[in-house]
Amino acid sequence: MHKLTQRYRYSYILLRQLVKSDFKLRYQGSVLGYAWSLLRPLFLFIILYIVFAKFLKVGGTIPHYPVYLLLGIVLWNYFTEVTAGSVSAIVGSGDLIRKINFPKYVLILAGSFSAFINLLLNFIVIGFFMVLTHVALTSSAIIMIPLIIELFVFSIAVAFFLSALYVKFRDVLYIWEVIIQGAFYATPILYPLSLIPDKAAKILILNPMAQIIQDARYVLVTKDTDTIYTLWGGDRWIWLIPIGITVVTALAAAAYFRKQSKYFAEEV
Amino acid sequence: MSEEIAISVKNVSKDFVLPHEKVSSIKSIFTSVTKKRNKKADTQHALKDVSFEIKKGEFFGIVGRNGSGKSTMLKILAGIYQPTAGSVRTKGKLVPFIELGVGFNPELTGRENVYLNGAMLGFSDKQVKAMYKDIVDFAELERFMDQKLKNYSSGMQVRLAFSMAVRAEADILLIDEVLAVGDADFQRKCFDYFRSLKGAGTTVVFVTHDMDAVREYCDQAILIENSQLVERGLPSKVAASYTKMFTDQAKGADESSKEQKRWGNSSISYKKVSVSHNKLTSANKEITIKLTAVANKEVENPVFGFLIKNSAHVQILGTNTKIIRKDIKILKKGESIELEWTVPNIFNEGLHYIDPAIIHDGGQVADWWEEAAAFRAIKEDKTPFIVSPDIGLTIGSK
Repeated sequence: MHKLTQRYRYSYILLRQLVKSDFKLRYQGSVLGYAWSLLRPLFLFIILYIVFAKFLKVGGTIPHYPVYLLLGIVLWNYFTEVTAGSVSAIVGSGDLIRKINFPKYVLILAGSFSAFINLLLNFIVIGFFMVLTHVALTSSAIIMIPLIIELFVFSIAVAFFLSALYVKFRDVLYIWEVIIQGAFYATPILYPLSLIPDKAAKILILNPMAQIIQDARYVLVTKDTDTIYTLWGGDRWIWLIPIGITVVTALAAAAYFRKQSKYFAEEV
Repeated sequence: MSEEIAISVKNVSKDFVLPHEKVSSIKSIFTSVTKKRNKKADTQHALKDVSFEIKKGEFFGIVGRNGSGKSTMLKILAGIYQPTAGSVRTKGKLVPFIELGVGFNPELTGRENVYLNGAMLGFSDKQVKAMYKDIVDFAELERFMDQKLKNYSSGMQVRLAFSMAVRAEADILLIDEVLAVGDADFQRKCFDYFRSLKGAGTTVVFVTHDMDAVREYCDQAILIENSQLVERGLPSKVAASYTKMFTDQAKGADESSKEQKRWGNSSISYKKVSVSHNKLTSANKEITIKLTAVANKEVENPVFGFLIKNSAHVQILGTNTKIIRKDIKILKKGESIELEWTVPNIFNEGLHYIDPAIIHDGGQVADWWEEAAAFRAIKEDKTPFIVSPDIGLTIGSK
């Protein structure tokens, strides 16, 4: 028992320090520093607003389309940051791994937490624009909490899997770049689901990222959007599929990472 | 209390799989499936069935040559590598110093690195804060703590790292040749620290080539050679085996490996080759080489000689009976002869080999025996040259 608390105490200390250092290093050398965490989503919003709300008018009938877009992109960016950043997290710390024994999952957790802090900062900007564009906050916004937990779990699960796989196969970095590009378009981020055929939309929404983004938009921005409920209607239990994918991915990734992490020191 | 076991290693083996062609891209997985699986991976046995125990409070040395598996052993003790077979049990907080300053980030300031490295050693922010002043004082870096680590000299980095390392309140310390870095002053600091540990009941495992350090500090030691534990016990015994290993290696005098390295028509052949010192220190002014030969048939005007090579197989000196004009007229069948050569100790540090030879009738080789014997020269005042004789100097002033 004592050994157990000792072990997690070490992980906790290490995790805290790694997240801290990561945050210190993030905007090092830039004049505006941490302000960029807020400025980046801000400029992103301006671009989206000009391109999609003024010129392309993809949003059509969807109310508050720029905020709707920004929310989708912020959530997607979190997923990209965690997964793409983690691919080389283990290999990049090879020097450390070869010289000291520590729980390797801390490296992935640290990357995930840094991105999470960034996500929270982005939500400040989203909140700002929600007020600005008169988006009413309803009590259903509370659903965001389980949604964000789902997002956190799914992202970190993919991250665990990728980082461990990258130790063995260095192609993973490039493959993941391609996959994430494809997935960006396969997820209804830039376009509303109503634009594509109903059958395709029904399949796409089963992807956890699509489900999370659409649900988040539904509870935060507008009820006038397709979610897994509106698309599948009668099949109430179908929403278990994206959750199931998340859980299965998480368990499989954890098992794989656990098994592989013993040999990281020899293989990196 | 002192009989408590701190580390117990049972039948530990470690294999590394070395694929001929590392399959590290997805494409090569497919191609190697289609190609036939004839590329069998080589397994390197880094350790074979090693068992030992270390008692609490012991200063324990692990010695061995490069590539013998001693560092692998240390990494297994540290939990960095997993043993392929066997088990390792440790008791208490273990801190490895495979390298000083693990996790130092050049982009962070000295202060931030102290906290980061502290976390690696298992200290919380609070604990680091409490000892921060001591760390900085010990490293003598007060003025530099808010500078980025990349602007530190390597000596400053080592000082900071060492200053962190000595704070680690470990029950077991694993040290891998940390002493090899740093200047004389720093090394002395390290030794002082080790001395203080000896009194404090810390178990120290120490991997090194330095037999003097083993003799001075260790209570127990093991020798690992060719992935196996070949000697254990008192450090003097282990250090002696370690030194002997090098002498034996080249001593062709053991009958075993003479074939390839010995040739000639055997009309006369050496029976015995011996040296007065296996280990030649500066106190020895000369070395005596004794050659005993016997004639298998009658030979006129045989020439006996030898040459000495250093560890790089450079021939550094040699002579024979013809050069020194001590001619031997005739050797009858069955007659034996003994030659005792005295060579001044001009040798530089390292292993030296003796090649005795017998030639007759203007160039026919009767016996040429490469590396028939060897000795090790030890010179405190090494020079980077082939030989290192005592050179006199008188300084006068006018």
